[in-house]
Amino acid sequence: MTSYRKYIFVFLITFAIFATAFSVSTHLSNKKAASIKNTEDKISTDILSLETQFELLQEASCKNLKGSTLSEELDFLGEKLDYAESQKEMSSESVMVLKKYYSILQIKDYLLMKKVDQKCDTNPIVILYFYSNRADTCNDCTKQGYVLTELRKNNPGLRIYSFDYDLELSAIKTLISIYGVPHEFPALVANEKAYTGFKSIEDIEKILPELTRTKSTATASSTPLKK
Amino acid sequence: MNYSDVPTYFFLFVGLYFQIFLLVTFFEKEEEKYPELPKGLAYPRVAITVPCFNEEKTLTKTVLSLRALDYPKEKLEILIIDDGSTDNTYAVAQELVRTYPEVKFIHQKNGGKHTAVNLGITSTTADFVACLDADSEVAPNALKIMLPLFADPKVAAVTPAIRVQNPENLIQTVQRTEYNIGIFTKRIFGRLNAIHVTPGPFSVFRREIFSTIGLFKKAHNTEDMEIALRIQSYGYTIENCHKAYVYTVTPPTIKRLHTQRVRWIAGFMKNAIDYRHLFFNKKIGHMATFTLPFATLSILGSLYFIISFLIRFGERIYNSIEKMSVVGFDFNILPRHIFDWFFLDTATSSFIGMLIITITIAIICIGKYFAEGTMKPSRDMLYFLVVYGVIAPFWFSKALYNTALSRKTPWR
Repeated sequence: MTSYRKYIFVFLITFAIFATAFSVSTHLSNKKAASIKNTEDKISTDILSLETQFELLQEASCKNLKGSTLSEELDFLGEKLDYAESQKEMSSESVMVLKKYYSILQIKDYLLMKKVDQKCDTNPIVILYFYSNRADTCNDCTKQGYVLTELRKNNPGLRIYSFDYDLELSAIKTLISIYGVPHEFPALVANEKAYTGFKSIEDIEKILPELTRTKSTATASSTPLKK
Repeated sequence: MNYSDVPTYFFLFVGLYFQIFLLVTFFEKEEEKYPELPKGLAYPRVAITVPCFNEEKTLTKTVLSLRALDYPKEKLEILIIDDGSTDNTYAVAQELVRTYPEVKFIHQKNGGKHTAVNLGITSTTADFVACLDADSEVAPNALKIMLPLFADPKVAAVTPAIRVQNPENLIQTVQRTEYNIGIFTKRIFGRLNAIHVTPGPFSVFRREIFSTIGLFKKAHNTEDMEIALRIQSYGYTIENCHKAYVYTVTPPTIKRLHTQRVRWIAGFMKNAIDYRHLFFNKKIGHMATFTLPFATLSILGSLYFIISFLIRFGERIYNSIEKMSVVGFDFNILPRHIFDWFFLDTATSSFIGMLIITITIAIICIGKYFAEGTMKPSRDMLYFLVVYGVIAPFWFSKALYNTALSRKTPWR
């Protein structure tokens, strides 16, 4: 093969390999996005089913109300979203759409949990966690995430819902305004009160003393913690 | 893809292009080379210089392997050039001279390897000169199968296939794998006339070219690279004889390996700067359009990936320390969803990276076949990838640092 032809031939082969790898990667990213979407749709259906069940059983005993099993699914979904966001394989737009849907599902689960609590006096322990992904606005968010993950691991009765403060979602903005969450991060809402700045495990146990009482309780939910 | 990913993809493309180029050349029909010298024809006179500095332990074995060459003794000169040794090299050499008439000894004040080799070249009237490092040994048939490649008058030098002599530890074992890769790449470069280094161990030169191009220079302690670039710049050809085996001793410790490789890489970069006019010069051929640019890019690419890896590794360490400071030590080090395909890295760069590693393993197997007659994968290949992955970054960085600051790189 003459010299310049060989260079062009090799370039074409290399380009073809790159194009194939890119196609495979794109296909797998789309499958991952579809997997997240399917999970979200399933969770949405499950939430709707639970809400309907709740409506049907208004006069029924609390024993008939099945406990929410959504928390583990939401947990796993959150981990997948977190991974997808960090790996940058999916486009940021599609990740944002999935993230918004996930945030709405969390809020619906939160509202459903509150309704069940009102009816059945379940007294769930809840933390709403607000973080920001923007550079230099939340240097302690990673640390806060580790603390909340550890708390959830040691307290199966604890429910943690995490929200990206900067996500353009009216439901999150309503939640922020209801609890008066300021633009300082990390921010936690516990017992209807907002707290800002990094909170260690001990700090949170002081805010929620019931945590130490429920350490041994099984079941109940958790949602994944982001930075 | 972000802008920050552009260098990653660029260097991955370059790396893959280089490998595909080698493989395409490998699978092309090879030109028939001349067989070994026919019986009954006159054998040219060959002088083999053995430059030595404090080689009392290995000199005898080297000279004996030269004497064992399947070549008429009356046409062979073995010139031991003592470059001012301070050990017992002189005594060992004298004994060899007394025992074997074709062995001669010349002593000089220490002036560096290139001066010793030059003294050997100017001290002989042989048609061909070779140089064999005093810690290396040569296969008996090597000279006979290398000389026919000089049938083309444009051929100025022929390089052998260098193998590692009896590796004694992990560091030498991984170098054996590396040298096996070198046998493959040298063969391909030889086909392309793209060889950019005539290694010290038993490269054979047509002696008359030195009156045209000049003798060896110090050349940043890499005179073997500089002479190859000079030969190419004069329009001569450098061939490779992949069946002419030479066995060399490699550095036995990480420290000495590091010193050697810093010298090689810094030497390449400094010589590349000196010969920058050759880059992309079509008159020179593939050495100018392939070897030099890709060798340069490979150094830059290696540095880029090293820095990226260190940054990511540093971030992981920082995150781990931060996590430990708030929640204590987590004994569970395995990822939570280890078997879930969702959490596999399916970025384009990961696929290309895996392909490059796979092709590297294939090249190692081919090189092993040329060197040892078997393609069977072995643990040595894994050790090579892991060990060099860890230690190579250090010598790349040091070499670049030395080159950038014009620091001298020591020989040993």
